[in-house]
Amino acid sequence: MAEELTMAEQAAEWIISFFNVTDPKLVKDIFEQVPYLLNNLAFAAWETIYSTVLATLFACLIGLPLGVLLVVGAADGVRPLPSPLMKVLNVVINLLRSVPFLILMVVVFPLARVIVGTSIGTNASIVPLTIAAFPFVARLVEGSLREMDRGTVEAAQAMGCTPFQIIWKVILPESLPSLLTGFTTAFITILGYGAMSGAIGGGGLGNMALNRGHTRGMRIVLYVAVIALVLLVQAFQSIGTHFATRLDKRVTNRKARKSAQKAKRTFGPPGAM
Amino acid sequence: MEAVLRTRALSLWYGSAQALKGVSLDVPENRVTALIGPSGCGKSTFLKTLDRMTEVIPGVRVEGEILYRGRNIFDAAVDVTTLRRQVGMVFQKPNPFPMSIYDNVAYGPRTHGIRRHGELDAIVEKSLRQAAIWDEVKDRLKRSALSLSGGQQQRICIARALAVEPDVLLMDEATSALDPISTSKIEELIAQLRQRYTIVIVTHNMQQAVRVSDQCAFFLQGELVEAGDTQAVFSAPRDPRTENYITGRFG
Repeated sequence: MAEELTMAEQAAEWIISFFNVTDPKLVKDIFEQVPYLLNNLAFAAWETIYSTVLATLFACLIGLPLGVLLVVGAADGVRPLPSPLMKVLNVVINLLRSVPFLILMVVVFPLARVIVGTSIGTNASIVPLTIAAFPFVARLVEGSLREMDRGTVEAAQAMGCTPFQIIWKVILPESLPSLLTGFTTAFITILGYGAMSGAIGGGGLGNMALNRGHTRGMRIVLYVAVIALVLLVQAFQSIGTHFATRLDKRVTNRKARKSAQKAKRTFGPPGAM
Repeated sequence: MEAVLRTRALSLWYGSAQALKGVSLDVPENRVTALIGPSGCGKSTFLKTLDRMTEVIPGVRVEGEILYRGRNIFDAAVDVTTLRRQVGMVFQKPNPFPMSIYDNVAYGPRTHGIRRHGELDAIVEKSLRQAAIWDEVKDRLKRSALSLSGGQQQRICIARALAVEPDVLLMDEATSALDPISTSKIEELIAQLRQRYTIVIVTHNMQQAVRVSDQCAFFLQGELVEAGDTQAVFSAPRDPRTENYITGRFG
């Protein structure tokens, strides 16, 4: 071969011959793909976080009210709505949930052109991600709210609270830990969907793993992108669980703990008085 | 004596099953009215209908009238929220909100727009005193209400109901989930509260009905069999079915 070798390729050749490496392909791959990763990994990770956070935010903004509606508007809810309306709502949510994500994405990407002005790239992928995820979020919210003890809602009703007050001051605060757990689940599902959106023009780690790692056979890129996704899932799951536990008034009683600490500071430990 | 609540030919259906059959009963002011009868006789349904709590159950149909201070509570012009504020309810199972003791009691006044701290403090103290639990919790108002015992939780629930200054207090087997000591505390409480409120209780415990009530109404299969002065009903029942029930022959 008369072709001029690049610096990286020359270095790889040298290492292979010098160490007498048994898998010369690996060393070549490292020299070829590590620089690519160094240049692109951070940005791809950022794109993934950015699109996942925004899509989760929008999905929750649509899904939360919808989920609340599903519970309070049911026949036994605090503000029953006409049952045809509830049926339509349920059918629409089920329809959206039953379309496989990849197909939904192909169908919805043109819509992205209308909403964000382009149908390829990270921003464009937020649109199908949101549309795929909000029915899921609505169902998660519905599940969380239904877990609530009916007696508490009954007590609030018997005290003359309006449906709005019951939703805002009893149901939502009481379900908050469970809602947060649900939102974390949604976030991670959207992260997974986002990786799939790489297949048809979305950006981020999924795009990197699919189009570089898989299609072009850059195995190190593939592994690193997948490991990065795993780390992201771990990190966000830990954050979500942390806040869900902290907000759980049944587990912790922060106000009381704070005043107890204050008392301790003022009076010394209990029993020492 | 004025009747605060008065039902006229009140019938109620759950779907096609009739749970109340033309019940007409007067609830006099500042008296304790006890509703007794075997399980499924309609006494709890009757109680819940008094502040329209049966409406939340799908498929319920009501006929007849309930007059609260002379006004039919099923009138389109009656606001359910206002009605439920005037007619408070305490449930069988203690169900405090998962908040501090203070926030539980202040919950009602707060949702009705009272914000000033001094005013809330006064309402909370007054309600807890009326519910005879102030001395037990005054040093730990910021503790979660769920950290209390069942009997204490139930008295917190009573305090919560009293905090919105209701006119009538409905108690649906409010002591059946409690131990004997807590039960007697709540019975003493009822005796005190009757000076200020009109109280209707549902109870399975006939000794309790005798101990705490002035008036007694016996329900059987959705029908009001007999109502009158508690002593009279228990010592000289007019209807043989009442006699059979209170002498323990069924139920």
